[in-house]
Amino acid sequence: MSLRISTAPHIRKGVTTQKVMLHVLIALVPCVIAGIYRFGFGAALLLAISMCTAMLAELIFQKLAKKPVTTNDLSALLTGLIVGLNLPPQAPWWLAVVGSAFAIILVKQLFGGIGDNFMNPAMAARAVLLASWPVHMTKFIAPINGNFGADVISGATQLTAINSVNSPLTLSGADLFNHFTGNIPGAIGEVSKAMIVLGLVYLLLTRVITWHIPVTMVASAALMSLILGGDPLSNIVSGGLLFGAVYMATDYTTSPMTKKGQVIFGAGCGIFVCIIRKYGAYPEGVTYAILFMNCLTPLLDKFIRPRVYGAEKKQKEAKADA
Amino acid sequence: MRKSKELGSVFLNGIITENPTFRLVLGTCPTMAITTQAMNGIGMGAAATFVLVCSNIVISLLRNFIPDKVRIPAFVVVICTFVTMVQMFMQAFVPALYDALGVFIPLIVVNCIILARAEAFASKNGVLRSAMDGLGMGIGFTLAITIIGTIRELLGNGTVFGANILGTAYEPMLLMILPTGGFLTYGILLGVMNYLTSRHDKKKLRKGGAQL
Amino acid sequence: MMSEATGIVKILLFMVSCVFTSNYIFSQFLGICPFLGVSNKVETAVGMGLAVTFVMGLASLFTWVIYRFVLLTLGLEYLRTISFILVIAALVQFVEMFLKKSSPSLYKALGIYLPLITTNCAVLAVTLMNIDGAYNLLYSVLNGVFSAIGFLVAIVLMAGVRERLETANILKPLRGFSINLVIAGLMSIAFMGFSGLVK
Repeated sequence: MSLRISTAPHIRKGVTTQKVMLHVLIALVPCVIAGIYRFGFGAALLLAISMCTAMLAELIFQKLAKKPVTTNDLSALLTGLIVGLNLPPQAPWWLAVVGSAFAIILVKQLFGGIGDNFMNPAMAARAVLLASWPVHMTKFIAPINGNFGADVISGATQLTAINSVNSPLTLSGADLFNHFTGNIPGAIGEVSKAMIVLGLVYLLLTRVITWHIPVTMVASAALMSLILGGDPLSNIVSGGLLFGAVYMATDYTTSPMTKKGQVIFGAGCGIFVCIIRKYGAYPEGVTYAILFMNCLTPLLDKFIRPRVYGAEKKQKEAKADA
Repeated sequence: MRKSKELGSVFLNGIITENPTFRLVLGTCPTMAITTQAMNGIGMGAAATFVLVCSNIVISLLRNFIPDKVRIPAFVVVICTFVTMVQMFMQAFVPALYDALGVFIPLIVVNCIILARAEAFASKNGVLRSAMDGLGMGIGFTLAITIIGTIRELLGNGTVFGANILGTAYEPMLLMILPTGGFLTYGILLGVMNYLTSRHDKKKLRKGGAQL
Repeated sequence: MMSEATGIVKILLFMVSCVFTSNYIFSQFLGICPFLGVSNKVETAVGMGLAVTFVMGLASLFTWVIYRFVLLTLGLEYLRTISFILVIAALVQFVEMFLKKSSPSLYKALGIYLPLITTNCAVLAVTLMNIDGAYNLLYSVLNGVFSAIGFLVAIVLMAGVRERLETANILKPLRGFSINLVIAGLMSIAFMGFSGLVK
């Protein structure tokens, strides 16, 4: 089972979908551990529920549609895990179920399954949950195993304060350290920046992803927040920016094929994140920034043609024909 | 007897075989814009049905007098007259509904269902048949958008026609009454209708084959 | 000087609002028919979008003038729907003839879309909303042009996705309008992020 043609340039010879998904799952393990350490058994349960729902949804849909069942490629498991990691730790269980089912059925399978979806399923699911049940999706609890003061904090962690138009807040050294260890309220997967960076390093070393999207996304977000009068470092470490840049913006099927396209994609994500954070109705903009750039991806691919890869592909096709 | 049966089939054509919403996919803007509540569906449907029947009758009556070249502007003037009447009527007697439907009441003028029926049916058929066609199409449209409105109101607000159905334990999925809910509900219902129609056709085909 | 600057900022925010925050397709459901009908190729989508922009800008200008100086002075406000639709129809005819004579290449590019625009509900809607919103002439024209650019953005993004999905393995009953509506639905989720950008 290999990915479809549109994703070809990302994948080197002999790498199957299953292997890629497995690498990403491994890269997520540190985040999962940090999330469970900070938020306890409830968080683990939520992750399990969303993963099971995703697998079941894929299985049931493919059975009903009389299509070959592809749960073995692990992509549904990964989508489920990312949906779960995007939930606040105290979200009700049905939020995980609805989110995973929406991601798999409406965003992925309706379009023909892996490789055919034009939008990142987990990201779309998060946006849907946020629009549908804003109260549940913005209720963040203080982490256990830490000394964080308040019990329940509403709003996207400290983002609202950091991006407030009146008096932008800059995180202090201690705060920054807490963001790195995950000693902050937030969604399960996004709290510990150190673990996310660890995952990024793994993905880069195994060459599952290249630096283009995550680095340009973070860099442009830093630049944009500086332009808008905020503190770049605080903006980078807070909210889901790093998590989104590493695990969601890099999704093969929904990001551009060419390096040039990827740089534009990443830059666009970073710019939109800052604009939405500062001026939008929602405190966090990562989701919408990535979703919007997902919509733009087909055009980026259409107008930025791969030069070297294209030539290679044509040669390959010619060979295959012969 | 035969004539009434024939009129009946013209009437049913708009409701089932050529349902404007689910089969012809016409008039999509109001179909998604105003269906946040089931009641809006009925209101919009009634207004459109009135305009459809009246404009079909008038256009059918005038069909031999309107020069071919200016027929579209002529149709639009006829339709617009009735739309303005409906608009004034609703503003005076059902102001709440008038506000809920907003700009989509005057926009009935450019609703493709009405112009399409004027062009495809009323300009070629007699008065009675045209009236029946308008009524069937109008009711088909009303039924379809009321169904969409019911689904969206039920999931997005837990109610149907304002009555609480799903109880207080249900936490409404707000997305359904946002624009996204309109697109997704209509899109998926269309898919379901396509599936049911193709299955129905296949069955018919198989039956026909067996008889042979 | 100060008020001039704030005026410009206000206008810029208004433009952003027209294109993104209250996008005609994804948040107002106006112009869905051409959006679904003419979005199978990026090139044609661009053509349609440009033609709509052209007509919506002109229609906003003319209908505003007619409403303000003819209908209002004569006390015939209730005739506005009928007069606006006739103005739009005439305008489209005129633009078509004018382009044919003066700029054959532009006519070739936009020509086939022009007749379709008369029944594009976005055009009539923008003229009516200019009056309902009590916009002045400048804002009416801006509303027309930038709402149409919002339409252009939407239809081009849609065409890009549809081109990409041409080879996708989509279930048979879902093909056509059905899956296109689902695409539009998912895109409208992305556009929700722009809500609140302009208060």
